[in-house]
Amino acid sequence: MSDSKSEAIKKVSIVVSKGSLEGVYPGLIMANGARMEGIEANLFFTFFGLDAIIKKRMNKLKVATVGNPAMHIPSVLGIIPGMSAFATSKMMKEMDKLDIPPVGEFIEMVYDAGTKLYACKATVDMFHLSIDDFCEQTDSIINVGKFYEIAAGGQIIFT
Amino acid sequence: MPSKTFAGKTVDVDNEGFLVNHEDWTEEMAPEIAKEEGIDNLTEGHWKVIRFIRKDYQETGQIPTIRRMKNAGGIPTNELYELFPQGPAKKSAKVAGFGKPQGCV
Repeated sequence: MSDSKSEAIKKVSIVVSKGSLEGVYPGLIMANGARMEGIEANLFFTFFGLDAIIKKRMNKLKVATVGNPAMHIPSVLGIIPGMSAFATSKMMKEMDKLDIPPVGEFIEMVYDAGTKLYACKATVDMFHLSIDDFCEQTDSIINVGKFYEIAAGGQIIFT
Repeated sequence: MPSKTFAGKTVDVDNEGFLVNHEDWTEEMAPEIAKEEGIDNLTEGHWKVIRFIRKDYQETGQIPTIRRMKNAGGIPTNELYELFPQGPAKKSAKVAGFGKPQGCV
């Protein structure tokens, strides 16, 4: 509407490759936001990003307090036991104020909104996982070729 | 400022057709606003959403997010998407007489 010359985005396929809380949320927010605008959305979880859809881990993701200069605390403090849990709980509280749900509920929300969720086959094999390890919203385990097939005709975003 | 007439009442709207003053809204206007969004018939399901948005605004001063509609309003997210396809938060807010939602979720 703001620029009639640009064609509207119709489909996005978002790759989530990191398993920290701050690594997972942007992909979920972008997928959910796409659905809110009527854009078709796929989420492809790979490497440590898989933790976001592993039943036993999805609600235990933590903020990285080490090697994360934007935390504005020295890494040497970040290694103190409990520091990551503390930073995580603070961030979760702030997000809850904005009505951004915890990971498990967020996965349910993007799924109910019509997003399709996929697990990366190479990572599943590497970590000796099976489809039973994943939350019920997971559509299937797919390889890279299948991912490109699903993403065809849309935009790919890597996070 | 552009204006539009719904159910015989002329009201100020923004460039995308959202009501500027939510106090201008009446229940009679909702079906006509909905038609502009491609919703030809407001069902009881639509009204449940509209009434919850109006009520929640009265109580909190904000229009509810999709998550709040589910958790506080008992409106399942998949149902909301079926009722207001291609933009549930925007379209439901518009039909309920509010401005475009500004949040990211």
